[in-house]
Amino acid sequence: MTAMKLENVSKSFGPVEVLRDISLTVEDGEFVVFVGPSGCGKSTLLRVIAGLEDATEGTVTIGDEVVNHIPPAKRGIAMVFQSYALYPHLNVRDNMGLGLKQEGQPKSVITERVAKASRMLSLDDYLTRRPSELSGGQRQRVAIGRAIVREPKLFLFDEPLSNLDAALRMNTRVEIADLHRTLSAAMIYVTHDQTEAMTLADKIVVLRDGRVEQIGSPMELYNNPANRFVAGFLGSPSMNFLKHALQDRADVTLGIRPEHLRLGGAGRVQGRVTHVERLGGDTNLLVRTSADERLTVRLFGQHDASVGDDLALDYDDQHAFYFDADDQRIAS
Amino acid sequence: MSARLNRTNVIAAHGVLILYVLIALFPVFVIVINSFKSRRAIFREPLALPDAESFSLIGYETVLKQGDFFLYFQNSMIVTVVSLFFILLFGAMAAFALAEYRFRGNTMMGLYLALGIMIPIRIGTVAILEMMVSTGLVNTLMALILVYTAQGLPLAVFILSEFMRQVSDDLKNAGRIDGLSEYRIFFRLVLPLVRPAMATVAVFNMIPIWNDLWFPLILAPAEEVKTLTLGSQVFIGQFVTDWNAVLSALSLAILPVMALYVIFSRQLIRGLTSGAVK
Repeated sequence: MTAMKLENVSKSFGPVEVLRDISLTVEDGEFVVFVGPSGCGKSTLLRVIAGLEDATEGTVTIGDEVVNHIPPAKRGIAMVFQSYALYPHLNVRDNMGLGLKQEGQPKSVITERVAKASRMLSLDDYLTRRPSELSGGQRQRVAIGRAIVREPKLFLFDEPLSNLDAALRMNTRVEIADLHRTLSAAMIYVTHDQTEAMTLADKIVVLRDGRVEQIGSPMELYNNPANRFVAGFLGSPSMNFLKHALQDRADVTLGIRPEHLRLGGAGRVQGRVTHVERLGGDTNLLVRTSADERLTVRLFGQHDASVGDDLALDYDDQHAFYFDADDQRIAS
Repeated sequence: MSARLNRTNVIAAHGVLILYVLIALFPVFVIVINSFKSRRAIFREPLALPDAESFSLIGYETVLKQGDFFLYFQNSMIVTVVSLFFILLFGAMAAFALAEYRFRGNTMMGLYLALGIMIPIRIGTVAILEMMVSTGLVNTLMALILVYTAQGLPLAVFILSEFMRQVSDDLKNAGRIDGLSEYRIFFRLVLPLVRPAMATVAVFNMIPIWNDLWFPLILAPAEEVKTLTLGSQVFIGQFVTDWNAVLSALSLAILPVMALYVIFSRQLIRGLTSGAVK
């Protein structure tokens, strides 16, 4: 059964088209990530699903109900915001319980669900505190708790980890993945961070300029990108694009991921090291090729390359991608 | 502090500020000290502090005996407080609408309201008087309250809408998803966060309303609706002025407005220090 379905959704603000003809489905229990650079319309799309913005055209279906004209609170959704958006005048318990109170749930239900959520998120010690007395990570957990207690059909996350520091981001990412396993509700998650997209998603929707570029599982998109944009957006460090690597075909760009380049071999790519990043587990070499293009090589383990070294690089043909002049993927 | 400002700068800045305070407070100081002196002492040595010989409460006695000063106080207080209430209520609501909702003519409406800041309301006095006469509101406190509310709204909308734009959209949207009505979002989430701006608007509007002589004189000169400023005028005659009484009345008039100011400025500080989003 589908949890959410968009059909030909468009949205414009005056003359500015933000979303163009977007159709997609989210199955029950699926974790879908909208990813794209800033300004691609991913947050607007989420707000259209939430009902905070009206779609200019198209229909939004949640469960089996068309919700275009239903207010956000009655759509059976819950949302977690980037800036947490906790109510500053309420303590943690009331922050989590407010939505249920507005629904008119009896007190016993509210108490029980808040207790369950706070146990799940280990917030028990903080229930009487105000948001201003909590750390960033705790506030984000309260925001997630506020969503959980509603027991929605669909969770919406709007860049929930952007305000956290790196270590906390990793932990919270794992917590969200755990949460998804425990609740088995459908979730839609918006981010500009490809790592979050790759690690969390069952299905990734790549957006650019208000259009869907490609939809698929993380590995499908990684192994089989439809065009140069998707290829370059997913994977870190991002894919190298070499315009002059294929001498005989001037209009074809070769795409090769940094981890698929290796030293030596036939030496189809020649270059000189311009910078070395040593990460311990990996070594990244930034190289300027003989055709004066920049590329990144990701080598596993530690290498004692230094700036100015001349390198001969090679790759397996099965890992090479080819793009035509319009940036579309072509077979060979 | 010391890392960014050296000692000379600190002293110079404080010197300028202290000088300004002295200049600004000097007239008030002269009024207050002379209100405690006998008539002769006021004219002989206007700048001297009251001493055992010149000390006199005759001005205050006159003020409290003559006229209905308590009533004037009450009228001024009602007019000021009710006008401020309406200015803040309607101003904040209009500001919220302008800041929050996209509708046709939003910008035009904002500009139209801003126009009110530039055009003094007194230009329309004759029309206002005609309107008050035909609605039968002449010589009522309501007439003054309406005029002052209209006078204060443009600036209030202008300042508050700027502040409301800064309130996190996420917070308002979280409220919408939790099923709060737009009114609850406005009153419970947005208003507490713009409290410092509300206090600023209140202080800006309070003093001109309290001190105004023009509209009370024209719209509500009757004895039972006189405001304090208008009431004080009975001591200023064409040929003889009872300076003791005038100065005492003015000294008394400072007190309530000071009390209101203290209330609002405490709000101002509390608003600045309360934690909001993030």
